[in-house]
Amino acid sequence: MKFEGTSSYIATEDLKVAVNAAITLERPIIVKGEPGTGKTMLAHEVAKSLDAEIITWHIKSTTKAQQGLYEYDAVTRLRDSQLGDEKVKDIKNYISKGKLWNAFESDKRPVLLIDEIDKADIEFPNDLLLELDKMEFFVYETGETIKAQNRPIVIITSNNEKELPDAFLRRCFFHYIKFPDPNTMEEIVEVHYPDIKKDLIQEAFKIFYDIREVPGIKKKPSTSELIDWLKLLMTDDVDAKILREKDPKKLIPPLHGALLKNEQDVHLFERLAFISRRENENVE
Amino acid sequence: MFINFFFDLKQASLPVSLKEYLMLMEAMNKRVVDSFNVNDFYYLSRSALVKDERYLDKFDRVFGHSFKGLESPESETTKEIPEEWLKLMGQKYLTDEEKKMIESLGGWDKLMETLKQRLEEQKKRHQGGSKWIGTGGTSPFGAYGYNPEGIRIGQKEGKNKKAVKVWDKREFSNLDGDVELGTRNIKIALRRLRKFAREGAETELDLDNTIKSTAHKGYIDVKMMPERRNKIKVLLFFDVGGSMDAHVKICEELFSAARTEFKHMEYFYYHNCLYDAVWKDNNRRYNDNIKTWDVLHTYPSDYKVIFVGDAEMSPYEITYPGGSVEFWNEESGETWLTRMLNVYENAIWLNPIPERYWDRIASTSIIKQIFSDRMFPLTIEGIDQAMRELNK
Repeated sequence: MKFEGTSSYIATEDLKVAVNAAITLERPIIVKGEPGTGKTMLAHEVAKSLDAEIITWHIKSTTKAQQGLYEYDAVTRLRDSQLGDEKVKDIKNYISKGKLWNAFESDKRPVLLIDEIDKADIEFPNDLLLELDKMEFFVYETGETIKAQNRPIVIITSNNEKELPDAFLRRCFFHYIKFPDPNTMEEIVEVHYPDIKKDLIQEAFKIFYDIREVPGIKKKPSTSELIDWLKLLMTDDVDAKILREKDPKKLIPPLHGALLKNEQDVHLFERLAFISRRENENVE
Repeated sequence: MFINFFFDLKQASLPVSLKEYLMLMEAMNKRVVDSFNVNDFYYLSRSALVKDERYLDKFDRVFGHSFKGLESPESETTKEIPEEWLKLMGQKYLTDEEKKMIESLGGWDKLMETLKQRLEEQKKRHQGGSKWIGTGGTSPFGAYGYNPEGIRIGQKEGKNKKAVKVWDKREFSNLDGDVELGTRNIKIALRRLRKFAREGAETELDLDNTIKSTAHKGYIDVKMMPERRNKIKVLLFFDVGGSMDAHVKICEELFSAARTEFKHMEYFYYHNCLYDAVWKDNNRRYNDNIKTWDVLHTYPSDYKVIFVGDAEMSPYEITYPGGSVEFWNEESGETWLTRMLNVYENAIWLNPIPERYWDRIASTSIIKQIFSDRMFPLTIEGIDQAMRELNK
C-alpha cells in the first residue's frame, strides 16, 4: 500500500513520505497547515488512491471521545421499559456504534479521518490514546472487546486552535502542509482547470501572491480561494490583459471578493492602491 | 550517526522522545522510503520527530548541522564552477585592457582561486542561506566585468531541484515560536488561560444526572445545571506613548486577540509606570481618568492582571514620589505597583523588548523585582509561559 498522489490532488514529496510512513507503521498522522491547503482533502484522496473506504468523524466543541466508540441510549431504554417493549431485554438494542467502531469492523483496511481534532475539549485526544494505540476498546454494557480487524489508516487534521497533548503527539507522525510555492500551485491549478489559459494563470498568480504579501492583511487568501477566483475569472471570461492592467485607476483586481474576505482587508487594499496611484502620478 | 543526531536534537531543546526515535528506526527498518537518499530521510525524520510547526525551523538547523557534508552526489557538480566556461566567457566579453588587468592580478588561476575563497567565505557568512556571489560591483568578478551585470554563481532555481539542500532553505523560519507573533498565534497562546466552569443560573438539562436520579427515586426527576462558561477574568494595563510607540502594532495585536478570548476583560492605559490614575480613552486621558484606588476596589481579587509595557524609564519614575515625567505623583510608582500586586495574586508583566536587554536597563530590573520575576517577553513563547504562570 503506497500513496502516490492522485490525478486530482498534488502531493509534495515530503507529504508522500509522511503519509507512507504512517501507512506502513500503522500509526496516525496529524496534518496541520494554513486553512485551505487541503488537509481534509488529503484523507479523501488517500482513500481514493488506495481504493479504501473513508469514514469521517467531524469533531465539534461538544464531541466526546466516547461518542467515537459507542453510545448507550439510556433514555430510549427507559421509555421502552415503561411501555413494556420486548426490545428492552437486550441491552445491545440501545448501543449505537461510533465512527471508531465502524472503522474497526470494516473488512478492508479503511481510512479514518478525524477532522479538526483541536475543536474538541483539551482532554479529547488523551481519551483516545489507548484506543488509537491498541486499536481496540471495551464495551462495559455488553462486556465485549471490539478489536480492529484491519488497523485503519488514521488521518487527523488540526487547525491549531488548541495544543495537543505530548503523549498523543508522540504516537503520531506529523506533517505541516506549507503554503504551496508558485510551481506547485501551478500544478494544483492545472489539476482543477486543465484548459485554463496560460497567460491568465500567470497574471492571476502574480496578483494572488502580491495580495498575500501585502503587509498587515488580516486574512491571507488560500489555495481554495485562488481556485474559486480562477473559476470566476474563467466563467466571466476575463482576459489576461485586464489583469495585466497597469492603469492605476483599475488597480483593484476584478472579482476581488473571492480573495479578500473581510472589509478591513478590502479597505487596506484600496488604500494601498490609492497610494501607489498617487506615486505613479508623481513620477509622471 | 543517528544517535548523535538524536542527541543534537535534544541538546537544541527540541521535545523529542525515545519513542519517536524508535518509531523512526522502525520506519527505516520497514523501508518506508525506497531509495535511501538524504532528502527522503530528512522528510521521514522530520515527520517522525517534529510534532509542532514551531520547531520545524530549529529541526532544519540541527539537521543541517548534524549531517554537514552529507550531500547527494548531484550537488557536487553544481557547486563547482566550470572553469572553461568562465574562460570562454571572458574571452568573449573582455576588452583587451581588461584582459591585461586580469594578468596584473596574477592571471586566471589566481583569479579562480580568489573566487573559490570568496565562495567559501560567503557560504560561511550566510550559513547556507543565499548562494549568490558578487552582485556586481563589490567582487572583482563583477568589477572587471565579464558581463555588465556581473556573473551569478550558484544554481538556478528549477534547473536541478535536488541540488539545494531542502533543510537549508529554512522554509519554516517564520513559524518558529520565538519569532512570529500574529493575532491568531496570540489567541492560541491566550487560550491557555481558559478555564471552563459551570456557574450561574441552571439552564441546561443534566441528562446523566436526571437518569441517575430517576432510577434512584423511581419517578422522573429532572436535574438542571448551569451552562459552561469561561470564567477567567482579566485586567489589562497598557503602557502608551513615549518609548512604547515602537511597539504599538504588537500591542494592538495582543489587545485584539485578548478581546475576543476573554469574556470578562477590562483594559486600562497608563504611561511608563502605574500611578494614582489610569484611563480608558487615550484622547481624553486628562479629563476622564479613573482613580487607581477605584480599580482596586471595583474588581475582586480573582481577576488576573496583565501589564504590558517596555518598563524603560528613569529609575526615579518608579522609586520616588514625584518621579513621574508628566505630573507630580504623591506616591511612588513602586508603591502603586505593590498595592496592585497585593490585591491581585495573579499578575504578570509582558515586555515587548527582547529578554536579553532586560538586565541592562535599570528600570526593567526594578520592575522585574517588584513582580518577583514574573516578567515575560512579548513573544508566543513568552505569552505561553505567562499564561501558565497566571494559571498557577
